[in-house]
Amino acid sequence: MSLTTAHSVVAPSAGSKRIAGAIIIAYALISIVPLLWIFATSFKTPPDSIAYPPKIVFQPSIEGYCNLFTTRTRQTPEYINSLGPATGFCDETVRKRNMVIAGPSNFLPRFVNSLIIAFGSTFCAVFLGTLSAYGFSRFKVPLADDLLFFILSTRFMPPIAVAIPIYLMYRELGLSDTALGMILLYTAVNVSLAVWLLKGFIDEIPREYEEAAMIDGYTRLQAFWRTVLPQATTGIAATAIFCLIFAWNEYAFAALLTSGTAQTAPPFIPTIIGEGGQDWPAVAAGTTIFLVPILVFTILLRKQLLRGITFGAVRK
Amino acid sequence: MLNRTAENVARATPEPLARKVRGISDKGLAWLFISPTILLLLAINIFPLFWAIYLSFTNYRANRPNEVVKNLGFANYQRILGDQDIWIAMQTTAHFVFWTILLQTLIGFTLAWLIDRKFRGHAFWTTLILVPMMLSPAVVGNFWRFLYEPQIGLFSYVISFVSGIPPTSIQMLSNVSLAPWSIIIVDTWMWTPYVMLICLAGLRSIPEYIYEAAEVDRASNWRQFWSITLPMALPFIMLAVLFRGIENFKMFDMVNLLTGGGPGSTTEVASITLKRQAFESWRTGYSSAFAIILFVAVFGLANIYVKALNKVKQR
Repeated sequence: MSLTTAHSVVAPSAGSKRIAGAIIIAYALISIVPLLWIFATSFKTPPDSIAYPPKIVFQPSIEGYCNLFTTRTRQTPEYINSLGPATGFCDETVRKRNMVIAGPSNFLPRFVNSLIIAFGSTFCAVFLGTLSAYGFSRFKVPLADDLLFFILSTRFMPPIAVAIPIYLMYRELGLSDTALGMILLYTAVNVSLAVWLLKGFIDEIPREYEEAAMIDGYTRLQAFWRTVLPQATTGIAATAIFCLIFAWNEYAFAALLTSGTAQTAPPFIPTIIGEGGQDWPAVAAGTTIFLVPILVFTILLRKQLLRGITFGAVRK
Repeated sequence: MLNRTAENVARATPEPLARKVRGISDKGLAWLFISPTILLLLAINIFPLFWAIYLSFTNYRANRPNEVVKNLGFANYQRILGDQDIWIAMQTTAHFVFWTILLQTLIGFTLAWLIDRKFRGHAFWTTLILVPMMLSPAVVGNFWRFLYEPQIGLFSYVISFVSGIPPTSIQMLSNVSLAPWSIIIVDTWMWTPYVMLICLAGLRSIPEYIYEAAEVDRASNWRQFWSITLPMALPFIMLAVLFRGIENFKMFDMVNLLTGGGPGSTTEVASITLKRQAFESWRTGYSSAFAIILFVAVFGLANIYVKALNKVKQR
């Protein structure tokens, strides 16, 4: 071997590493621009947001957030002057545009709907998924492979195709536009992911633990509760976050099956309009608030990400 | 023997839970654990599916629930297969699936291959690249409408700045030939990280000693790439392609928000046609038949997919 090769024969050279690094960093930075733009736009005033050329440097304002949470009506300056002093920053900002705050907007209730439906359906999906995954992992279930395929295949149906009969069924059952209906539906969609992911996690827990516990006098159910569940917590948490992200992001069902009381944030945000079209700073503000939880979850999940997106097929 | 002892000890433990389930055999417990999931899926997925099959043979309209429902036999199916618009929608879908998958696989694999050089800080940049795919396609896709605005949109501005084309003439969403690409761009931006992540797993699964052996045999880098790297990562690439294929076949959110199928029907993919027929024209029976046809197509894809999945798993 020549003395000049200081590195291992197969390791990439320093030069190729540097080029690879530069390309990856460039891609990462470019791909993150739209997200930074959402964040920046949420702090622009409406005139700044539609300026040409697009403004990179601007005076930050929380007008977008004010507009997101309120509805406003246009008033004459005389009327506005007749009102008392402005209460709070939003009031002041709105008055400068010859408007007064008429009341809260629908954003907060829609956001709360998203929280209730996402957490409710995640809880149910993970609960059912854990039981089924344990069943499939530990017992001889007749037609197990067919059942598992059946569970997974429900995930492949186009949402609009599923929505037609669900729409009719919910209308008959009085579940249209209710949080319960959406929780049931998202549970059904997510349970397939939960079963497949959790089966993988539970398969990895050695059976010997439960067998030992059962020899010690535990029943099967106690052994499941005391030995399997504690060891599966990481897997259950990761699965829960995946279900939560799906339910949080879901749009097609929500747009077709909810319209008022149970509407979630994704179909609501595109409908935020101001005077003369879309109120982009308000949309950006809503989008920012909506995306932050997902960013946190992505960072928490990064080690399990691969497993989650492939239904447990690829494990690192 | 062992069971008997365990049973005896179990009987001695004063757990209320233990008493309640003593009688349940393993088989009973298995069904107790599995049946709630199956029941839920039967109620929310299978029952509606059969309902849709029934409706597909009728002229039912959801906005006129009191009208007499007529049985049409296979007429809906015949009409769909002869419907020019449906075929155009299927072509649009195929075009869309083809280009998104091609771009995402090429870029995704290249990125994974570069990340696999393990330069300093690669973990951080990889996580950053992964962010777009976790976000809501609807909410983020909606914001892209703003980026695509002629003149004031950042995307149009950058393109006109780079290319010198006047910014008012870059009408990404309303130009017939650009509108499909506006969706392909957003989809590729969003889902390339997905393909990248799976490819990265593939590249990392290749054992080092194979490259060492190739090095000993003085195989060129080019040769190593074509005869080791690519074939060994192929099952993973396939997996990513199948996943994206199925997902993009169902594609609805982004298209609905970016173009709504327009201008005209240039970006009208199958899901949009289905939505228009079912929830705007209220041709419930007709759209149910189309939904069933899509089911069958996706089911076929899913079957292939699961087989590929098991192949990758066995490695």
